[in-house]
Amino acid sequence: MGRYVARRLLQMIPVFIGSTLIIFCMMYALPGDPVRAMMGDQAYDPTVVAGIKKELGLDQPLLQQYANYMMGLFQGDFGTQIASQRPIADIILDAFPVTLRLTLFAFTFVALVGIGLGVVAGLRPDTVRDRGLLTLTLFLVSMPSFVLGFLLQYLFAFKWQVTTPTVTDSTNFSQLMLPAIVLASLSLAYVARLTRTSIAENLRSDYMRTAVAKGLPRRRVIGVHLMRNSLIPVVTFLGIEIGNLMTGAIVTEGIFNVRGVGLEIYEALIRREGATVVGIASLMVLIYLAASLIVDLLYAVLDPRIRYA
Amino acid sequence: MPDKTVEKKVEVLPGDTASTAAVVVTDAGPAPDKARSLWSDAWHDLRRNPLFLISAVLIVFLLVMAIWPGLFTNASPRDADLAKHYLGKPNWGHVFAADWLGYDVQGRSIYARVVYGARASITVGVGVTIAVTIIGTVIGMIAGYFGGWTDTLLSRLTDIFLGIPFLLGALVVLNSFDDRTVWVVIMALAFLGWTQIARVARGAVITIKQSDYVVAAKALGASTSRILFRHILPNALAPIIVVATIALGGYIAAEATLSFLGVGLGDSAVSWGGDVARGREQLRIAPHTLIIPSVMVSITVLSFLMFGDAVRNALDPKLR
Amino acid sequence: MTIIDETAESPAPDGSEGTGRPLLEVRDLHVEFHTRDGVAKAVNGVNYSVEAGETLAVLGESGSGKSVTAQAIMGILDMPPGRIPKGEILFRGQDMLRMSNEERRKIRGSKIAMIFQDALSSLNPVLSVGYQLGEMFRVHQGMSKKDAKAKAIELMERVKIPAAKDRVGDYPHQFSGGMRQRIMIAMALALEPDLIIADEPTTALDVTVQAQVMDLLAELQREYNMGLILITHDLGVVADVADKIAVMYAGRIIERAPVHELYKRPAHPYTKGLLDSIPRLDQKGQDLYAIKGLPPNLTRIPSGCAFNPRCPQAQDICRTEIPPLHPVTERDGGELAGRGSACHFWKETIHG
Repeated sequence: MGRYVARRLLQMIPVFIGSTLIIFCMMYALPGDPVRAMMGDQAYDPTVVAGIKKELGLDQPLLQQYANYMMGLFQGDFGTQIASQRPIADIILDAFPVTLRLTLFAFTFVALVGIGLGVVAGLRPDTVRDRGLLTLTLFLVSMPSFVLGFLLQYLFAFKWQVTTPTVTDSTNFSQLMLPAIVLASLSLAYVARLTRTSIAENLRSDYMRTAVAKGLPRRRVIGVHLMRNSLIPVVTFLGIEIGNLMTGAIVTEGIFNVRGVGLEIYEALIRREGATVVGIASLMVLIYLAASLIVDLLYAVLDPRIRYA
Repeated sequence: MPDKTVEKKVEVLPGDTASTAAVVVTDAGPAPDKARSLWSDAWHDLRRNPLFLISAVLIVFLLVMAIWPGLFTNASPRDADLAKHYLGKPNWGHVFAADWLGYDVQGRSIYARVVYGARASITVGVGVTIAVTIIGTVIGMIAGYFGGWTDTLLSRLTDIFLGIPFLLGALVVLNSFDDRTVWVVIMALAFLGWTQIARVARGAVITIKQSDYVVAAKALGASTSRILFRHILPNALAPIIVVATIALGGYIAAEATLSFLGVGLGDSAVSWGGDVARGREQLRIAPHTLIIPSVMVSITVLSFLMFGDAVRNALDPKLR
Repeated sequence: MTIIDETAESPAPDGSEGTGRPLLEVRDLHVEFHTRDGVAKAVNGVNYSVEAGETLAVLGESGSGKSVTAQAIMGILDMPPGRIPKGEILFRGQDMLRMSNEERRKIRGSKIAMIFQDALSSLNPVLSVGYQLGEMFRVHQGMSKKDAKAKAIELMERVKIPAAKDRVGDYPHQFSGGMRQRIMIAMALALEPDLIIADEPTTALDVTVQAQVMDLLAELQREYNMGLILITHDLGVVADVADKIAVMYAGRIIERAPVHELYKRPAHPYTKGLLDSIPRLDQKGQDLYAIKGLPPNLTRIPSGCAFNPRCPQAQDICRTEIPPLHPVTERDGGELAGRGSACHFWKETIHG
């Protein structure tokens, strides 16, 4: 187990470097100039621009820049945001807890409602309630989050005025409710479908027949034998979802004006501020990789057939 | 979240790969007298599936709209008459007329914009799907068939691209381009989106590679290219097609989301996502300017998802 | 084909339960499945009975309805699509089809237990074998977790699994095929049931292991005086352990007989064909006989005798009239206990 974790951690290093390098290159190598974006439409002096570039290290070769950047990152130095002149680490520290709250809120929705619906449908495959749920999830999946977001915002905030259109206080859970639902909707639909398929599939398995033949009560057949097997893929899927929910926050936070990392990264991107974008993106990659490692370990714990290879 | 619609399916894959790969193995069904092939069995199912029929009709309708928008409206999506039509309300009785669905903040016919917007969405959706299918299949097949260090290298490359959040990556790439044409958007999404198909193709090829008929073909001295194209590719196709059809809806949603975020197609392009973004300012006073293009996006995504879902159910006997 | 087994000669039904009724009696059982190709009639009026300590072998090809009958007895048919339109399943004289779900559940596992063909897929992959064995005691006898584990180890020793104590926490995939089937047997035996249904218990195993598992099963059956229904398509397995045989075809019993009678003098062309298709050393060099054609499609069972399209002796009457299960007698009319054949021409088959 320990050796497996160590090996996986080692394998993560090239993937982390690769992913962040690609983001870094996309940010800096593609056309578009952060200094120019910063100065906007003002007439600017090329020598001033060159000076700023030199100061920021933007005149060095790309790989050199990347190496410098990563060295800084590992010493906790994310760089400084050009627009606000604040350390990027501070910005992340401010914004991250907000996104974390939103994500965890959404995640709770996904896990509880998604699994619940999936179980309800999967236990009676091909009935009206199963088909109803499949249709409902199809609708949820086909509604891009900005569509659902505006729809709910319009209905709940403007039409019925039961909540505020934007989030002014991210520690207020009733304000976070709407964004969390919007953020959760797609994952929720996937989890419901996955749970449903998994349950319906395991329901027909030989060991379920054995469990019934053993004279176990239905409660036990379903609660122990069916659930234990069916939820393995769901749990692993949920693990990966945490990372996805965080990126999904880019849109949701924008709609509801939640000051989390999603909004920060989006605004930085529009200003073409590489350091902020790559810094937050690296964090997201790291969370994603950590989540997939945890999922793999969890998988092996839940399913004795999987061994750490 | 449309971005995730795409990425999410990557995650469903571990489970899905297994079940879709099973398609390959459990070929002909248990038909007692007439042997049915996977494809004819699937077609038999599809023809009777109302979801498939509805989605097929909708897709044909959307395709016609994308190719010949002029068939649906005489109004131009770019003609703006601020004085007369500023945020004009829809006239539900005037079906197919310029004022049917009202006017936007610049006094342009929303109906015309909705009709002309189909082209961008569908071109991007179909284009990205074709591109990722080709890239993904090639990479997946090479990795799965040759194995060894080739596989390690390509799998690691897949991991690297999987590590980049799809929406974030697309935002970064597209933000660097000032002139974002349909082709730029397609390339950007394909650049980030091929991993999913590559994984499925690799999984399917590995399963098929071990099957008796491939072993037999090898023993008989068939060449590598013959084995790959005559034996492996046709049998790996089912799971790839399933994933690709479902992903198509996701790419359409992704394009709309990116346009909504202001980094999709350029401002001059008529696109649903862009219209939603512009309608946002009037959400309180004129919700129709936002809701109507939103509904179009959802209907389109829904059509392709239903289509993909039906194809998946038909091609994957395990889910029946 | 000269197998003589003294134990097989057990004659009269033992009325030790006081009712004088057999342990299990299936009467005119019908089972059908509603599929997208139509209604598949899997079982069409099956009658058989088993006594305590007796072994009934049910023989047939796949699709003959032998497993479906067993599943109906166990109450583990998938309903829907399955349906039991007609019939009775009497356990100690009580019709199980009329019992409440809870009553049936209490019989399952404790009074009637089942051994499945593929132990790997039939055991839960994510629960340890100790847990799965102990579950029987915990659920049916309310035993504590600790006691149940001790019982599980005992059971594993009973079915001769080496180092049972160390292996009780292992998972099904960590055992060999033979060992897994032993665990299935142990699970079925756990509560010392009155009747065990073994559905092709050795088909998935290597030939050498098959014999070991069959011997173990026979030994345990004798010890506990259990009734055993052995479902198989393997005539070789049957000869050693069974007392009587029922041959099924297209959802009906087409012949029944005490085991050695059947081998000696089959009274149905299908049974005859099955016996002739066993390779024999004394017929070296000759072509092996094979029954031509395929088993019928259960959604479209041929009219008359279901076997008529494949039967070498088929006449017109075979295509129109369903033969009942005639009692089979000696040439002179002398009674042959327990024999029956559903063939219009049984006389010609057995005596001709």
